Amino acid sequence: MQLEIRERVEGDVTVLELHGKITIGEGSVQLRDAVSRLLDADRKKIILHLEGVTYVDSSGIGELVSRYTTTKNQGGQLKLLKLTKKIKDLLMITKLLTVFEIYEDEETALASFK
Amino acid sequence: MMLAENVVEITIASQLEFIDLVTTVTDNLTQMIGFDEEACYWINMAVRESVANAIEHGNKYDPQKHVDVRFTIGVDALRVAVRDYGEGFDPSTLPDPLDPNNLLNPAGRGILYMRTFMDQVDYERRHEGGMQVTMTKRRMPKPTEEGEQKHDAIGD
Repeated sequence: MQLEIRERVEGDVTVLELHGKITIGEGSVQLRDAVSRLLDADRKKIILHLEGVTYVDSSGIGELVSRYTTTKNQGGQLKLLKLTKKIKDLLMITKLLTVFEIYEDEETALASFK
Repeated sequence: MMLAENVVEITIASQLEFIDLVTTVTDNLTQMIGFDEEACYWINMAVRESVANAIEHGNKYDPQKHVDVRFTIGVDALRVAVRDYGEGFDPSTLPDPLDPNNLLNPAGRGILYMRTFMDQVDYERRHEGGMQVTMTKRRMPKPTEEGEQKHDAIGD
């Protein structure tokens, strides 16, 4: 499996811990499905914990953008936690760093929903 | 004396599963010829983007069409040519992913990444059909004795 997703619930926020690759094909689809399941269950406060992500390609970046807009369009919020240096570089190149809400520690990320 | 160029060629079917095979070869070659860790990572990504484009947008996952990847290790640079057998396209007509109106598009960033991580990216529509993208990454020149002496002199 390209991407392992561990789900944690912290109050009314769901933290998805991602481990592995978010690349074209399986990894991107797994992320899409995981967020869709949460939105279907009306769990619309979502943190993507990205510290364990080893590789992201343009399809993976597109999937992050897509999940962000889908969540927002449904009245929810999707925030990013603990970006790796490589993901930060990829977001910066495509001017997406300012689009996402990005946090370095989980406590602050969780508090931002209140 | 100019050394002969070494060439490595791989042909894969239009399946995403084979991208890792190509990037594994990419890593082996870039490490072998002395690119640093950072450069190896980004060259890997440029090759991944290019092969994924060839499978998805070029050959449109047609199992009858393959993707040819040709690595040419020159004394001055690594060149990676990725060729598909699709209908081809005009890269100048693609939407700019940095345009504020396109920032939230789910796709369209691959070519920008390729251009960012490689020194040169050229597109060629082949007469026989299909597109070929050739990406070039310059190799860092080894310091010459003269250069080292100059460096030492500066250090003094």
